[in-house]
Amino acid sequence: MGEYILEIENLTKDFPGVRALDHVSLRVRKGEIHSLCGENGAGKSTLMSVISGVYPKGSYEGKVFFKGKETHYHSVKDSEKEGLAIIHQELALSPYLSIYENIFLGHMRTSLGIINWDYYIKESQKYLDQVGLKENPATIVSRMGVGKQQLVEIARALSKKVELLILDEPTSSLNDDESEKLLKLILELKQQGITCIMISHKLNEVLEIADRVTVLRDGKSISTYDVKQDKLTEAMLIRDMVGRDLTARFPERKNTPGEVILEVKNWTVYHPDYHTIKVVDNASFYARKGEIVAFCGPMGAGRTELMMSIYGRSYGSHAEGEIRIGGKKIDTSDTRKAIEAGIGYVSEDRKNLGLILIQDVKSNISISSLPKLSKAGVVNSSLEIREAERFKNELRIKTPSINQLARNLSGGNQQKVALSRCMLSDPEIFIVDEPTRGIDVGAKSEIYHILNDMAANGKTIIMVTSELPEAIGMADRIYVMNEGRIKGELTHEEATQEKIMHIALLN
Amino acid sequence: MSDTAVKSTSIKNLIKANIRNYSMVLMLALIMIIFSFLTDGVNLNSRNFTNIFMQNSYILLLAVGMVLVIIVGNIDLSVGSVAAFIGAISAMLYNSGANMFVTVIASIIIGILIGAFQGAWIAYAKIPAFIVTLAAQLLFRGLTYIITNVSPISLRDDNFKQIASGMANIDALTINGVYYTALIAGVVVFLIYVFLEIQGRQNKLKYGFTVSPLSFFIFKLLVIGLLILGLSQRFATYRGIPIVVIVLGVTIILFSFLTNNTVIGRYIYAVGGNARSAKLSGINSELVVFVVQLIMGGLTGLAGVVFTGYMNSALPQAGNNFELDAIAACFIGGASASGGIGTVIGAIVGGLVMAAINNGMSLMNIQAQWQYVVKAMVLLLAVFYDIYTRRKTGLG
Repeated sequence: MGEYILEIENLTKDFPGVRALDHVSLRVRKGEIHSLCGENGAGKSTLMSVISGVYPKGSYEGKVFFKGKETHYHSVKDSEKEGLAIIHQELALSPYLSIYENIFLGHMRTSLGIINWDYYIKESQKYLDQVGLKENPATIVSRMGVGKQQLVEIARALSKKVELLILDEPTSSLNDDESEKLLKLILELKQQGITCIMISHKLNEVLEIADRVTVLRDGKSISTYDVKQDKLTEAMLIRDMVGRDLTARFPERKNTPGEVILEVKNWTVYHPDYHTIKVVDNASFYARKGEIVAFCGPMGAGRTELMMSIYGRSYGSHAEGEIRIGGKKIDTSDTRKAIEAGIGYVSEDRKNLGLILIQDVKSNISISSLPKLSKAGVVNSSLEIREAERFKNELRIKTPSINQLARNLSGGNQQKVALSRCMLSDPEIFIVDEPTRGIDVGAKSEIYHILNDMAANGKTIIMVTSELPEAIGMADRIYVMNEGRIKGELTHEEATQEKIMHIALLN
Repeated sequence: MSDTAVKSTSIKNLIKANIRNYSMVLMLALIMIIFSFLTDGVNLNSRNFTNIFMQNSYILLLAVGMVLVIIVGNIDLSVGSVAAFIGAISAMLYNSGANMFVTVIASIIIGILIGAFQGAWIAYAKIPAFIVTLAAQLLFRGLTYIITNVSPISLRDDNFKQIASGMANIDALTINGVYYTALIAGVVVFLIYVFLEIQGRQNKLKYGFTVSPLSFFIFKLLVIGLLILGLSQRFATYRGIPIVVIVLGVTIILFSFLTNNTVIGRYIYAVGGNARSAKLSGINSELVVFVVQLIMGGLTGLAGVVFTGYMNSALPQAGNNFELDAIAACFIGGASASGGIGTVIGAIVGGLVMAAINNGMSLMNIQAQWQYVVKAMVLLLAVFYDIYTRRKTGLG
């Protein structure tokens, strides 16, 4: 300890019109787990891209030393050769190749251009053991869950004799169980002398495993803490990340829920490819006017599948059951009918299922409501602009204009655009799927306020969330799902994280 | 950010944001000017102007439909064969005694039916458009050979060819060899355009929306006015407005309006931009894809009739490579191969760029084989430029 494996001095990186990094300094000791925290857009990913050579030497100012030597990387390949590996949030495996092929892809030795696959199959087993993945090396990667795929990525890094491993939001798409395993693995790698930089939004995980933490804000390095010596707390980190104390993370609720409006009875959803497998099994629930209902449970519990199936059969081959709104049985067999029946859905997957990234903010907001904004099939563009401007102001969407392309907005603002689209179509029942995934603390709090205001106006909010504090802080009632079934129900008063986990995993 | 500061965007930003839209028009102008030097101004004379439109009208009609197909994220390789097939049917129908109006309407309807056939496979059977339209290309080429017995069908009289090479003139307005009908039509079209633009601008100002600076607005009106009036002057001094230019003009205006101002138009962009998101927004994306195929079919029918008129007979091998010319026009005109991006006007300008190059080189007596080479380079460079500018302005 004490010796630095990575030193960054006064690093400045400009993009046209934006200073992404502003005299950042960072020192990572050999053999430690160093966590990097900051809101979205604070510069974490840019910093990692500079370190790993995505942005070549010369495109930034300042100095980067790796293992005591100043780096002169021209591409990621150069940094990999030196023993630096980065595992991105979006996994970069080739989905239709096997585990062993993925592990050695791009750095296998050949004799006369011919690969000795048998050797590599045997070799890959060594790395799979090291990361604790019990799978046949010949398994096709796309057949495994995200958690296991991540382990393959780490095995791949190990096979390249990695000395500094950078993990970008490694647990963001894992369930609690998988996350815990991964964190344990990172600690084990530390024992083996591998240094690790972990970027994370999950502050509890950071405090659990990191030795030191550096906070970035607006492209500047704000502070570096030693977790043990400085007795670091989540509150301290949040204060440094946002630059102010977040007094109330969850806004106070004032209204009380009214009569029951939505009833779903015995809802069963079948797998899109295997038509006999039940992804959701006999789910029944209800929701009141002005109520916020949360759905919790591990990944793969069937929450998103349940909601998408209710919303116009957007998931699954077919579904059985009954939906009533205001006591009347309704048909939601396609999305248009669901919207007309008063249901709105905001997807968890903003980029692929939510927004049309190559279109502007205005079109993204109006697309669900065009029939309402038009006469005889002709769009009333003045009305459309007015509505888009209204949402831009009400939801405080940060964009130079409503003509800005959605892709150029930050995650939090994209989420606000997705919410606006749904709000403009004015549903009575709002289903929001992971509304705060991947967005920063400040924007999260704003989204909570928006949802609360909607509930106060008598709308029904159904919130699918993997973040238990969010469910407990926001919801009047919580349904806990696992393995396709609704396992139990908790009121706001009785809900604790332990109870939710208990219902999900033990009942 | 104060409210008043954003009311009027600066000219510099405006040009920056629209450089793609204007650059192809500038390129077209540049090509015309270069060839005017190379051909001693022949390419700019009235007769040649009329010829360019007549010789390319059917490709431009196809390009209007093709750009919709490309925006929605598909491709149509069958339009050449289908145009030949409908062209043959239209000749047979006409020879059996139907008048021209009935022939045109029947051809469009047959085109729509063929579009429905292909659209059903693409939208509902979910077979990739590339494969469906490749099959249709073979199918309708075969059917054309079958119904024509692989020999040309000549037409019973000269009325048919009016749709492709006839002129629309009011005789009383033709004085001293100048066709004033064309000039008057140009002025009327320009005045309508100015009226609509001013109305649109005032409407925006009424609600306090951002508008372009007045000087820029007037400049734009002047440039468009110069184009419309210049074109009508060219027509007026040759033989008047070609009927096919009127057909083309109406088609362009109709489908520009459809793509920009109607719900179905917005749905086409949405489905092409992100099909799954469109679906979750309550859009029946299958129906949208289907409707686009219907439109393509109808326009292919129209193009088939026009081409038959242009050749003054229905040829079994007609329409060869039409699909490729139409597709190239769309891409030169800024459409994106991955869908969601493109405009009708862009496709027309793209088609005219190809037409101007073809025409100029023909006037210079450059052989056809070299015309292919030059066209290939134009296609490649235009799309490269497109991708390059988009990346630079952060749009791609």
